[in-house]
Amino acid sequence: MNEPLTFQYAVDGDNFTSAGQASVQVKKVLRRLGLDPETIRRVSIAMYEGEINMVIHAGGGEAEVRIYEDSIEIVLRDSGPGIADIDQAMQEGFSTAPDNIRSLGFGAGMGLPNMKRYTDSMQIESTVGVGTTITMRVDL
Amino acid sequence: MTVANLAALDGMRALTCPEPEREIGGVYIGDLLSWVMGRAKADDAWITIMTNINVVAVAALADTACIVLAEGVAPEQAVLDTAGAKGVNILQCGRPIYETALLLHENL
Repeated sequence: MNEPLTFQYAVDGDNFTSAGQASVQVKKVLRRLGLDPETIRRVSIAMYEGEINMVIHAGGGEAEVRIYEDSIEIVLRDSGPGIADIDQAMQEGFSTAPDNIRSLGFGAGMGLPNMKRYTDSMQIESTVGVGTTITMRVDL
Repeated sequence: MTVANLAALDGMRALTCPEPEREIGGVYIGDLLSWVMGRAKADDAWITIMTNINVVAVAALADTACIVLAEGVAPEQAVLDTAGAKGVNILQCGRPIYETALLLHENL
């Protein structure tokens, strides 16, 4: 199997207004590769939700996107507080986001559910006090 | 109907329109950004009253045809500049959200 085309991004945890820059970059790359618009939309929304989560909850982190011949893999890694109850976090509407985040229109408890909705597989590995790694795959 | 056609309707105004020929396929209304990303479809006109910079990213990533700011709300110039640079159309309507939606309904 060929080596995947890999892109790495640092997600700035302090800057809420620039959140989404990595996703927008990935969107551009996927467009240049000529992928279909719906696949691009799914990948970029899933990644944006992950980026926003890292900014809100984890003080930033890193994102890696690997483009294989038959799939796209997105790995989001942070050293934040971790997720104590993943099943609860996956429920639509459950959120621990603070009020100032909600006033921006985020924190509706839809981030993780959207990431699952738009990808073909999603794995969450999280340890409280250590961090969270989320691996998502979209099949091509 | 294109975004330019929508902007030309009585009560509508284009604040920035980098892609005027984009076709509008439907309408979505909402202010919770993740809700919009989960439910809006590509090519929808997205009616909202949120004006912060994140709406530009959401519209770009969700691939909506345009943002329609209802109730006459106005974003800061920096938001319009970013939208223009990213190919995100932003219109403004002085009417309440419901009437803004009706205007779209009558003309789509």
